[in-house]
Amino acid sequence: MKKTITTTAALAALLVGGTALVPASASAQEIRFMCSSDGNECDSIEGILAGFEAANPGVDVIVDVVPYQAILENLPIQLAAGSGPDIAKVTDLGGLHEFYLDLSPYVDRDYWEESFGGTLDWYRGGPDDDGIYGMHSQLTITGAYINRTLFDQAGVEVPGPEATWDEWAEASRAVAEATGTAFPMAMDRSGHRIAGPAISYGASLFNADGEPILVDDGFTAYVQQFVDWHEDGTMARDVWAGQGGASYQDAGQEFLNGDLVYYYSGSWQVGRFDEQIGDFFDWQVVGSPCGTGGCTGMPGGAGVVGFNDTEHPEIVAAIIDYMAQQENYARLTAETRNIPAHAAVASSGVEYQDASGPAAAALNAWAAQVPSISPVAFQYQGYAGNRAMFNITVQRVTQAIVGELSVEEAMERAKTDLAEVMAETTQ
Amino acid sequence: MGRAIAFMTRTRGGRGQMDWTDWVSYGYLFLGVLLMFGPVVWLLLSSFKTEADIQRYPPTFLPYQQQTVVVDGHDSPLPLFEIIGGEHEGRTLAQLRRVGLVAQMIDPANPDERLRIDVADRQPVERFALATENYTELFERFNFLRFFFNSTFITVVATAIMLLVNSMAAFALSKYRFRGRTTVLLLVIGTLMIPQTVVLVPLFLITKELGMLNSLWGVIIPGAATPTGVFLLRQYMVTIPDEILDAARMDKASEWKIFWRIILPLSAPAIAVLAILAIMWRWNDFLWPLIVLSETDNFTLQLALNSFQGEMQTEWSNLLAMTVLTLLPIALVFMFLQKYIATGIANTGGK
Amino acid sequence: MLQIISPMMRIIEIPMQYAQRKFGIQRLAWIFLLPNLILFGLFAFLPVILNFVYALTGGDNVLLNARPFVGGANFDTLTACASYFDPNSCERDFFWRAIHNTILFVTLQVGFMVGFSLLTALILNRDIRARGFFRSVFFFPVLLSPVVVALIWKWILQRNGVLNAGLDAMGLETHVWLLDRTWAFAWSVFLTVWAHMGFYTLILLAGLQAIPRDVYEAALMDRASPWRAFTKITMPLLAPTMLVVLVLALIRSVQTFDEIFAFTGGGPGSATTFIIQYIYQTGFAGAPRLFGLASAASIMLAFVLVVLTGIQLWINRRNVDG
Repeated sequence: MKKTITTTAALAALLVGGTALVPASASAQEIRFMCSSDGNECDSIEGILAGFEAANPGVDVIVDVVPYQAILENLPIQLAAGSGPDIAKVTDLGGLHEFYLDLSPYVDRDYWEESFGGTLDWYRGGPDDDGIYGMHSQLTITGAYINRTLFDQAGVEVPGPEATWDEWAEASRAVAEATGTAFPMAMDRSGHRIAGPAISYGASLFNADGEPILVDDGFTAYVQQFVDWHEDGTMARDVWAGQGGASYQDAGQEFLNGDLVYYYSGSWQVGRFDEQIGDFFDWQVVGSPCGTGGCTGMPGGAGVVGFNDTEHPEIVAAIIDYMAQQENYARLTAETRNIPAHAAVASSGVEYQDASGPAAAALNAWAAQVPSISPVAFQYQGYAGNRAMFNITVQRVTQAIVGELSVEEAMERAKTDLAEVMAETTQ
Repeated sequence: MGRAIAFMTRTRGGRGQMDWTDWVSYGYLFLGVLLMFGPVVWLLLSSFKTEADIQRYPPTFLPYQQQTVVVDGHDSPLPLFEIIGGEHEGRTLAQLRRVGLVAQMIDPANPDERLRIDVADRQPVERFALATENYTELFERFNFLRFFFNSTFITVVATAIMLLVNSMAAFALSKYRFRGRTTVLLLVIGTLMIPQTVVLVPLFLITKELGMLNSLWGVIIPGAATPTGVFLLRQYMVTIPDEILDAARMDKASEWKIFWRIILPLSAPAIAVLAILAIMWRWNDFLWPLIVLSETDNFTLQLALNSFQGEMQTEWSNLLAMTVLTLLPIALVFMFLQKYIATGIANTGGK
Repeated sequence: MLQIISPMMRIIEIPMQYAQRKFGIQRLAWIFLLPNLILFGLFAFLPVILNFVYALTGGDNVLLNARPFVGGANFDTLTACASYFDPNSCERDFFWRAIHNTILFVTLQVGFMVGFSLLTALILNRDIRARGFFRSVFFFPVLLSPVVVALIWKWILQRNGVLNAGLDAMGLETHVWLLDRTWAFAWSVFLTVWAHMGFYTLILLAGLQAIPRDVYEAALMDRASPWRAFTKITMPLLAPTMLVVLVLALIRSVQTFDEIFAFTGGGPGSATTFIIQYIYQTGFAGAPRLFGLASAASIMLAFVLVVLTGIQLWINRRNVDG
């Protein structure tokens, strides 16, 4: 009988132990911060927030590091169901607007307007909205990297700043051939990445009334070129053709391994490249090649937002405000090797912590790209429904690449997809 | 054709001698062993290779590591190569860096002189070694034990609840004649054959309303009632003669006592099968935990493995190590219980 | 183990005895059913009903009260096709691509699955040494998680993988397997057969072993040819088991998702996108999230599954009761 009692007790202990796993619903002041990073963003944020926690005893900020896919796919559903975190680092800036906590009652409006200016609009619901919703933690620009060492070995001259896409493709092919490198070019599998080149080819994406159209002659022209480059082996098929759906895929690892001559990605890769390439080879930022419509990349980036379902709005606002203070923002920018979106930080210059020569050069090169960004690119980035347009682009262009549809059919489909999405979301 | 069929149907009558049909059978089986175990063995071996070794083409069967040497003036140890061609043939040099077709190398004995070597002229100096750091790094970078605990907790508790609840239902559906029995049976199985995946959205809403999101219980409870479980157990319990129950009732045993003292022990083989299936399902579950659990602290091994796949892109060395660690526990369970699994499924699933 | 179970059971016995006194033996059945019914109700019946509500509403909001009623619009757009044989002629071409892919996949996969399981079971049923060992070998992959299975084969099939190395060494042509639509599809079939055939082999083997030996011995006495013995004895006696295996394999095959999702992500393009993945993509991974469309698609799938399950039930009933 005694045995029975002890085992029952053990059982009870097990059950109690089990229930203890259920997070005590919002105990005292626990703030959950959902974060994903390309490099060390989340670690850096955690480090900075340690300062906030020290100054505010009783507040416990828990940074949940999740895959980027979870931010894209799980977070919106959780938010819609009212079960999201308190804070998150997001990239679908306009698309999640309805869930954002307006920070303006809690923060110094003047400081924020002055520091973040235009990026505040990317988080707003429309032109009449003057709320403050998010701190743009990293400003990014899409563009290309090259493996400079391979160019030197092949004896191929690096095309100049005004070079066209064609010239770059030709040069990359020549380099790959001469050095036995696996892939001449690659571009991240993302509708955001391909938008810059398309605008450079003359795509306007929106009509005169500001309504999205996505496909026009310029857009089709670039897609045709892009598909042809997959056909003749200029572009690495693995990136776009290796996936289904609209899922994201990058080619960073191929570039790191020295298997790739020309990599069209964006400024957020600097930290990772700096850390992992070391002196394996020389790499260089070359920005966006030119087309008939300019030489533009896409602006973008990630921002830290609070959600309106939180039980502690004032703490959430205080945390984000803390991160937005000049010294903290400068620290984040320096540690993560990003381009600041904070005016004062940008103008006073960032001292990138132990950034190597190439990383510093790369960041300067990215900053120099900002003036060449087309207004269309800014319009696209600021459009709240751009995520749907990105997804349509990826799915349909991939179909053209793998041969399920011709380019014309794919573009026709993209148009009807967009029309359906518009109809569905305005209901 | 007749002979081919003969070889598959007849059981060898004569003792001792092997005829050609036996040879073919054993040939097929050994091919099966190769095909079924081969990939797993290959995974195991690969998981002990360094990232550099993994990138090698063609791959070697056993893991090798390149010898390294510490040279003055360089912080990290440099990889050693034997030079097999060109003007420096026969020397053993340390590589500083390699880009494209040219490698920059130095002689460890004379570190100041830099030599340019064609990559085709060098061959790494290697020896057999296990890259255990693939595994130890996992423990450093991830809260591996936490994930392991989460997976184990979910598996054990969910299996226990499922066995109890399902066997109770199966008992009711097999040993009582009550109005609505057929309806319940049909409804339960008909509805539940609809996979969880297709009702994901409403299921998510309900789980949320019950306040079980972001908690291990949100994974445990919705999966506890399975049609397969009820169905499997009912089919087995139907075969238990009613006379046993009647005899027990004559002895004034309560229905609950009949259930757990008589029916449950007699259904042990079926319950064992269900237990194993349940352990498998819960341990390997992926999509539902992915949706319910969003805090890293609550991640199961499968989620950690997948997020690892996403974050590390094609960094195979750690990914393979993590894969091995994820399949290890289930492989152990299998090794100890394989007799029960086989006979259990044979006795229930096939009827 | 038993030490934990016994006291727990004794505790439950107290309320159960009370219930038995109160309701009588026959109505106690409902008490036994209760926990299961509650779970079924909450996590199976209710979602199915709500699924219908979702299917009849539009928009991209997850909360039901914020979704506008659209009637059968979701079903209409899914079934709007000039020709059902050409996905390109359909309004929702991805849905029909997924259906076409699924039908081809199910046909091939179930065929190979049942064929190889039967062959393996027949061989294992012979007088084989170390039968237990071989049986476990074939069953082993069944235990692996879908993510693990996918990763193992991705690793083998990658550009510089061991398969290409082997082909290279033999002087054969290598491929980047998963970038080719046909190969990716073929490997998807292979991978799922590899991972699951052990399960069906085991069931078939049990069926074979349940056939009494003396039936064969009698046939042998009659000098029946082995072919006759196979067609006249083995096949008829194995038929019920075969049917169970066939239907079970069919139901599972239609629902294939996890492995392929982790293996090819549905690609290249939509070459290995099957119906469940279409539902997942439309409802969860898309932007905007078209829950209504996903639910409508899932109801159409559910209809097929219910029919298949009905067949299975009918077979089971015939086997058990008949």
